[in-house]
Amino acid sequence: MWFKVEPRQEASQAVIYATPVLAVALTVASGYFLFLFLGLAPAKTLYHFLISPTLTFYGWSELCVKAGPLVLIASGLAIGFRANVWNIGAEGQLTLGAVGAGGIALAFWNETGLWILPLMCLAGIVGGMLYAAIPAFLKTRYEVSEILTSLMLTYVATLILGILVYGPWRDPLGFNFPQTRMFTDSALAPLILEGTRMHIGIVVTLAVAVGAWVVMARTVIGFQIKVVGLAPAAARFAGFSRNRTVWFSLLLSGGLAGLAGTFEVAGPIGQLVPHLTPGYGFTAIIVAFLGRLHPLGIIASGFLMAISYNGGEIAQVEDRLPQAATGVFQGMLLFYLLACDFLSRYRIRMAQREATSS
Amino acid sequence: MIALSIVNISAAVISASTPLLFAATGELVVERAGVLNLGVEGMMLMGAVTGFAVTVSTGSPILGILAAATAGAALALAFALLTLTLMANQVATGLALTIFGIGLSALLGSGFVGQPVPALPKLHLSGLSDLPVLGPILFGQDALVYLSVCLTAATAWFLKRTHAGMTLRAIGESAESAHSLGLPVIRTRYLATLFGGAAAGLGGAFLSLSYTPMWMEGMTSGRGWIALALVVFGSWRPWRVLAGAYLFGGVTILQLHAQGAFHLPAQVFSMLPYLATIAVLTIISAGPWRGRFNAPADLGKPFRPSV
Amino acid sequence: MHDERRTPRLALHEISKRFQTVVANDGISFSVAPGQVHALLGENGAGKSTLVKIIYGVLQADEGQILWDGQPVAIDSPHRARAQGIGMVFQHFSLFEAMTVLENIALGLDNAPDLKALADRIVTVSQKYGLPLDPGREIHTLSVGERQRVEIVRCLLQNPKLLIMDEPTSVLTPQEVERLFVTLRQLSDEGCSILYISHKLQEIKDLCHHATVLRGGRVVGECDPAVETARGMAQLMIGAELKQLTRRAAVTSREPRLIVDTLELRSNQPFGIDLKCISFEVGVGEIFGIAGVAGNGQNELAQALAGEVTLRQPSAIRLDGKPIGHLGAEKRRMKGLCSVPEERTGHAAVPEMSLATNTLLTARNRMGLAAQGFIQIRDARNYAARIIRDFAVKAGGPNSNAATLSGGNLQKFIVGREVLQSPEVLVIAQPTWGVDAGAAAAIHEALFRLAQSGTAIVVISQDLDELLVVTDRLAVINMGTLSPAIDTAEASIEQIGLLMGGLHGMETEARLDHEDMSNVV
Repeated sequence: MWFKVEPRQEASQAVIYATPVLAVALTVASGYFLFLFLGLAPAKTLYHFLISPTLTFYGWSELCVKAGPLVLIASGLAIGFRANVWNIGAEGQLTLGAVGAGGIALAFWNETGLWILPLMCLAGIVGGMLYAAIPAFLKTRYEVSEILTSLMLTYVATLILGILVYGPWRDPLGFNFPQTRMFTDSALAPLILEGTRMHIGIVVTLAVAVGAWVVMARTVIGFQIKVVGLAPAAARFAGFSRNRTVWFSLLLSGGLAGLAGTFEVAGPIGQLVPHLTPGYGFTAIIVAFLGRLHPLGIIASGFLMAISYNGGEIAQVEDRLPQAATGVFQGMLLFYLLACDFLSRYRIRMAQREATSS
Repeated sequence: MIALSIVNISAAVISASTPLLFAATGELVVERAGVLNLGVEGMMLMGAVTGFAVTVSTGSPILGILAAATAGAALALAFALLTLTLMANQVATGLALTIFGIGLSALLGSGFVGQPVPALPKLHLSGLSDLPVLGPILFGQDALVYLSVCLTAATAWFLKRTHAGMTLRAIGESAESAHSLGLPVIRTRYLATLFGGAAAGLGGAFLSLSYTPMWMEGMTSGRGWIALALVVFGSWRPWRVLAGAYLFGGVTILQLHAQGAFHLPAQVFSMLPYLATIAVLTIISAGPWRGRFNAPADLGKPFRPSV
Repeated sequence: MHDERRTPRLALHEISKRFQTVVANDGISFSVAPGQVHALLGENGAGKSTLVKIIYGVLQADEGQILWDGQPVAIDSPHRARAQGIGMVFQHFSLFEAMTVLENIALGLDNAPDLKALADRIVTVSQKYGLPLDPGREIHTLSVGERQRVEIVRCLLQNPKLLIMDEPTSVLTPQEVERLFVTLRQLSDEGCSILYISHKLQEIKDLCHHATVLRGGRVVGECDPAVETARGMAQLMIGAELKQLTRRAAVTSREPRLIVDTLELRSNQPFGIDLKCISFEVGVGEIFGIAGVAGNGQNELAQALAGEVTLRQPSAIRLDGKPIGHLGAEKRRMKGLCSVPEERTGHAAVPEMSLATNTLLTARNRMGLAAQGFIQIRDARNYAARIIRDFAVKAGGPNSNAATLSGGNLQKFIVGREVLQSPEVLVIAQPTWGVDAGAAAAIHEALFRLAQSGTAIVVISQDLDELLVVTDRLAVINMGTLSPAIDTAEASIEQIGLLMGGLHGMETEARLDHEDMSNVV
């Protein structure tokens, strides 16, 4: 008896949607052994890590706060990934979006008005877009890999933010801490539920996810993106410009990352600080893949990643689990997902195999 | 005085270049075999933390270095398994490798932050090392520096002069043709990927054992990605990659020295290596010499023999 | 000379090979005598390529036995095949573009001597068999014919006892074919057996001592090609009464519909061909052919005509007098120019998408399958269903993925998708490449009907036989330049062959001389 591996003519839809579940199961199983190896009580730690964050209403509201930016960024990235445009610099675009929005908040610090937050959102989107325009320009004009440029720019973005919060934008009354003034109420995202930290950005995120779904499923531009990604020659034949697709994908994902940055500084943070996120821009890559690049799947996987953040914090307090465990979990999950994808493209059969010749 | 500072700076440039040279040379071999492994950053970090932890625990830098190479290769093995056997997308898997490597190295290293480590032994060549100026620059380095240059030379010789090297290049050009001639496509790609991982691991070990020397989360700060860019910059040729690595080492050291000399925020100078990477990639891609046409024709394309 | 009574050099016994649901080889048995030139004849998809890959060890048979000089052997890799004395020249060459002739040959040898000695041997062998080669040149600088020489010399260096040649002439000019046959006869005389795979009957009659005919993965007949008629062999191969394609009556109207006027294009690919000063006209209802050996600029020309590459000079291409050279593919389509690229999967169709979705590639605007940026999926499904019905495409339905169709059926679908749009101009590359005879006939008939309705059609094909039947006029492309057009009815194979070999530069001069003379007179 042999195992025979055969390619499927059509990727199995059932398996495509089953693989994320399988990947999560394998990750949890591996986590069990990882915790055992770290000398922790695995079952208890896993409980804190995966279940505790979901036990209370407040816990769910916190998951929304974390999932919001992840879903917002991943919705944009997923569209790019479908077109084979690998924007991995969302963290940098998020940072520049936050800088843009923070700049508005600080410039109109003495003003009040309902127009300030929308203006910040606009500045955040533009900031993210402009920053994503650099890799888009270099890719379309000179064929420079957007992977490398967008990533390099992430490091630069952190340094730009550093210059501002250590320098000209530092809070004059902040005892020399590297941070700006706290934003005024006009520059903060209104809460949608008292007693939680859930803000208006979460509503916007939902709208964006649904919008992305409509674009990808129903419109010509969504079709264009899929064709460019699956078969570049067919896209050229159909009259779809690869360069315009690259621009569209990068500007869209950059703009959404910038908007996510805006809602971070106008939401839970309330000011500019040197480190804005625990790596949302990178985690969103995992969210996009785990959600099968599908807007609705992304919402689900965004929550799962939010659990890994909040659960990681709980387990850090309860079990002294190192904070880095969250990153290991996330990386492992993506690994297992990519491995399980094999099952959707290939069929494994038991086969009787006879000798070719004596 | 001036001579002394030139000596110091030159020695520092060589030192700053070495991690890049290891990682880029390894990736060059991987890419010449037609595989694009974007996980260099993750493999370097794993090398850095393993090398550091083993050296601190055993007191033996040699064991540490070996462990670092093994750790890099182990991560590369995971990459190879996914992309070469399970046919996963190479770009996505490379990103996963980096994310996983960053996380795992931070987890493993959390107990080692701030610990001291015994310095790597300098290779003292009696006579040569005592030469004025050149002695300290060229012959006052530790053993890994020489190893990195030897590795580049060996890679150049291997690719150009050996039958196995020729086979590897052929597989990077067209896996389909190579397979139909009976050349071992998958095996060669596995070995190349493992070599790339080990080399990245060595680069990481040099960072944590010699360059800094200490362990810090995410201490490679993008060097793995710069190494990837260097392979493009060197248009997939070992000696050009070496030149590129030293150029970047130079930029790194120069910006450190320039920080004191100008009244600008230190961050402006810290950006230089990253901006230089972008600039160099652009020049290489846009230039009339069209360096990117040297890319192996099958780079990043999955291959699965039909049986 | 070969002797059929001796122990066969190679004997196959009940070889079977399955790919998932498809049975590629089903109990195949035959034998090849020493020194025999043995034809393996069959249509595309008959299982020839699978079978020779099994003999060469690239694939493994599921069942059956291979005998070599009477002894059972297990050929589990190309190394083992070469060790037995089997050499193979692949249809799609197994060469490495960026490497030298010398390196390419060394890679195919199992115990290559050092490169200097090998270079000397290459020169010796290539001279002996009349296959001149420079070991130091990189493959991408060679013509297709020269590339084939590299493959042949690589085999000859191992003193093969059996040489497998997979469709060797599909990429050669008629003159190059003659030269190849001289070499092959020389090898046969020296006792080397040759397994010659082809579907070109005349060649087989000229060269081969014996023929085995495959259809649907089985042996359906054996014959002596010198005795059997071409028609008889064709019927064995196709398994049905041969449908004779009759040439249409020549088109009388020459009112130009498509004008290509001194089209110049620099290739943007690493080893691409630049197009130089290409001019031709195609009239209303005319079918115009472009012949040539593969890799002489056909892909570049097809893309330039379809609008996948746009031109600086708008007037380089004119449709009914309107300049369209600067327009992209979809804009040209809106003006009435549709096209079918050579490559079916990944170019003309996206294999991972359904047939309905695939109609959107070219028909979304012309057939109203999208409105205000939104896809009208029901209309797309209906259009796909219409193509499936009108062109008798064997498919599960509009929602089947393109990847699930056989080559012939997918090609019918693609051609149907363009033909049903009733374009003013249709540019079609390799219309019947790799499809079975039934589908080929259906496609040719669709082209005839389209031309009847007034469409100007450009057919780019390497299959000279096809062009001679289908087209009204044709021209030959060589190294990016196009010969003057000739009337197909008056064209001779020799004349076209010379043009394919790149002699039209001289001929043009000769003709100009002639014109000068007539002016004087």
